[in-house]
Amino acid sequence: MPLPRLIPCLDVAAGRVVKGVRFQGLRDVGDPVELGAAYSDIGADELVFLDVAATVEGRPTLVGLVRRVAERLAIPFTVGGGVRKLADADELLAAGADKVAVNSAALARPALVSELAGRLGSQAVVVAIDAARGRVRTRAGTTATERSATDWAREAEERGAGEILLTSIDADGTRDGYDLALTRAVADAVCIPVIASGGAGNARHVAEALGVAQAALLASILHENPSRLATLRDELRDLGVPLRDAA
Amino acid sequence: MRIAICEYGAGNVRSVALAFGRLGVEVVDDAEGADVAVLPGVGSARSAMDGLRGRGHDRVLRERVAAGRPVLGICLGLQLALERTEEDGGVEGLGLVPGRAVRLREGRVPRIGWARVDGDTYYFAHSYAAETPAATAWSEGVVAEVRSGSFVGVQFHPEKSGAAGARYLRRLLTEWQLLSSGNSYRSITVAGPQAFGGGALRGGATP
Repeated sequence: MPLPRLIPCLDVAAGRVVKGVRFQGLRDVGDPVELGAAYSDIGADELVFLDVAATVEGRPTLVGLVRRVAERLAIPFTVGGGVRKLADADELLAAGADKVAVNSAALARPALVSELAGRLGSQAVVVAIDAARGRVRTRAGTTATERSATDWAREAEERGAGEILLTSIDADGTRDGYDLALTRAVADAVCIPVIASGGAGNARHVAEALGVAQAALLASILHENPSRLATLRDELRDLGVPLRDAA
Repeated sequence: MRIAICEYGAGNVRSVALAFGRLGVEVVDDAEGADVAVLPGVGSARSAMDGLRGRGHDRVLRERVAAGRPVLGICLGLQLALERTEEDGGVEGLGLVPGRAVRLREGRVPRIGWARVDGDTYYFAHSYAAETPAATAWSEGVVAEVRSGSFVGVQFHPEKSGAAGARYLRRLLTEWQLLSSGNSYRSITVAGPQAFGGGALRGGATP
């Protein structure tokens, strides 16, 4: 099995990295190009860029900004937010993304996942699932659905998704730890890698998440002090989590 | 020194171009005339093969290998260079290298993440892997590097593997005598010339 991954996540709105708590009260925490380059240099295993306002504002992802972030990265780069059709994905890959993440549009029209996998290969298709109390929410968490997260994850896998990016809205931004029950339920439901997201406050939280998922997304814990990623990696190694040597 | 990336309609072409650009290599469109042709690695097998044929890259790549001129296949680019892949119900490959690509059967698939290949750690993202007598390096039992004549294929993504990936590309270009010996990474190029499929990977070969 490949090594567990630590993945900083840039939630982007109006060209800036933002972060809130449970998707509310978004604060400006930095410049996406600078933060992305810093994480790539410090030893992030991948980077995720989510244009969190695209779907709600009814527009495509900020491709120009994606291009500028990609220029500075030597690690895998996943981009999502506002991907509705194949052409959107093609444009992001052409801008320097390696994988695309789909969320609301895929839930509204699951065949989109099959189409993306058929064209890009499963390894480039990430299905992002935002869940509150086990149920999927869409449109940046603004719209509730009755769909269970495990059920949707299983369908996404059948349709060719290569990874599930699972965010617990209940845990997001709280720094109280990942939603391990939700993460375990989804990881048990599928045979593709699962990225746990939401709630990281310290190294022990991350180690717990990596006990059930293949990767952990990090945001609030890092953005105010990107060098925290380096100390976090050291702390995780001390807890026995095998991470790559980024040198 | 100029490299050409064989586009086929999908794929992370810009990622590959950026990685070579960071090494100071010029990226051009001319796959016949460039010093190295790169067959990049994102896409599904059938649409990629259709795209390659539609653009005439299949002929150019066969001619290059027949003439002993360097070709680098990355990930799917390695798998397409084989005779056949199981992907998409079975697709005929370019046949630059003997063997076939088969679906991974262990662990979570796609196999995504960083894994060791001898001394260094590289990024992998794949659901199929090569079965070939031309394998020269492995990662967790999976073929990581393949060499046949002037073709070198890697299952990992050197363009996305941080400092380790950049070192790999430098060693390969140095081995192909396309980077000068004054290059600072020259000293990393190891052991005997054939100690390890020619030396782009460090350490000893272990399946």
